[in-house]
Amino acid sequence: MIEIKHVNKWYSPSFQVLKDCTTSVTKGEVVVVCGPSGSGKSTLIKCVNALEPFQGGEIILDGVKVNDPKTDLPKLRSRVGMVFQHFELFPHLRIVDNLCLAQEKVLGRKHDEAQAKGMKLLERVGLKEHARKFPAELSGGQQQRVAIARALAMDPIAMLFDEPTSALDPEMISEVLDVMVDLAREGMTMMVVTHEMGFANKVADRVIFMDRGEIVEDAKKTDFFGGTPRSDRAQKFLSKILQH
Amino acid sequence: MLGSFDFDVIRRALPYLFLEGMRFTLTLTALAAFGGLVFGTLIALMRLSGYKWLGRIAGVYVDFMRSLPLVLVIFWFYFLVPYIGQWLTGASRPITVGAFASSLITFIMFEAAYFSEIMRAGIQSISKGQPAAASALGLTYAQSMRYIVLPQAFRNMLPVLLTQTIVLFQDTSLVYVLSIPDFLGAASKVAQRDGRLVEMYLFAAVVYFTISCVASFFVRRLQARIAIVR
Repeated sequence: MIEIKHVNKWYSPSFQVLKDCTTSVTKGEVVVVCGPSGSGKSTLIKCVNALEPFQGGEIILDGVKVNDPKTDLPKLRSRVGMVFQHFELFPHLRIVDNLCLAQEKVLGRKHDEAQAKGMKLLERVGLKEHARKFPAELSGGQQQRVAIARALAMDPIAMLFDEPTSALDPEMISEVLDVMVDLAREGMTMMVVTHEMGFANKVADRVIFMDRGEIVEDAKKTDFFGGTPRSDRAQKFLSKILQH
Repeated sequence: MLGSFDFDVIRRALPYLFLEGMRFTLTLTALAAFGGLVFGTLIALMRLSGYKWLGRIAGVYVDFMRSLPLVLVIFWFYFLVPYIGQWLTGASRPITVGAFASSLITFIMFEAAYFSEIMRAGIQSISKGQPAAASALGLTYAQSMRYIVLPQAFRNMLPVLLTQTIVLFQDTSLVYVLSIPDFLGAASKVAQRDGRLVEMYLFAAVVYFTISCVASFFVRRLQARIAIVR
């Protein structure tokens, strides 16, 4: 489903953010990407739907080469859902309209159809009664659930999560993770950048550990948590975040 | 001293002053503000487009317009447009452009330079995550601008845009150089006809002052309301 092959990215000639990253996500798989801040994990996931350009290598998404100039990027992106650290709901639109806009403008759905779909998804994330509100009236956790529903409204073939819980107050993290766990168990293909090791342990198939722009570890979940991770850097990272 | 003033001249001239003069002033203000906003937004988009040459052309235009006195632009434009039109259409003689059309085009061009800077600031005030989220949903650049970025930029900048429009309302009085009967032009005509310069110019000042003040008051109230919503 997602194939990342030898991806290199430089911010400037002297600063390389991604170094020869190669990995893949197959259909129905849940892959968690972790690593210290600045390790390039957010950059990598943003390369998957070409929100970030990269200079070397290639990424193939459902058979389509992302970094081919001939690729219709808007069309490709519309098939992959993305959830951001800071939610990025559209503050000038009501919740329900946040869910309808791209359905209508990109997929060409009729307003009634889009709205019905939106309401169904809002019900699923438990926010149906907030449909007429504006994003600023909702808590962070609620906004992030709306953002997930907004991405799902496009019927994506895969979902990308870029640190979906990092900007949330601790008591709101679980409500977002619950939605993500459900999604994973339903068989959604997911690539998730997160520090939530509990989530990784629960639903991930594989865990990727990145450091300084490199994929240091790419292992089955059981190997990553159960056995000892092979690299020193991954061990150090894990001991730091699992300590508390 | 006030006894020698004849304020009745104002009362008699009221229909002419407002139905013709003020109507012209308000029409010109509204059309120039609208046109200036449309072209200003396009110029702002050019400057932010990332295409070096497009941005440079827009930048030169804005700098050029902002470095010239408005009254000079109005004056020159009025005399130049017929010849530019002749050159463009290949007509044998200078085309006739009415004073209204000429002044409207001038104001739109001039205001576009100012509105573009306001809209540029407005667009830059939107966090990069917003267009990124729009792109991630599959919206094209044009759709993302139209449905996500520009509505927010416009709303954030509305108080500044309206304040600029109040300045524009006052600036439209400069069309007097073309002898157009806008509000000030109408007042000045009556003043000279009846020899009541002090009364008429005093009255004109009071009217401009009152309208601008009231408008500014509403802009401030609007600003406070928007500040709460955000």
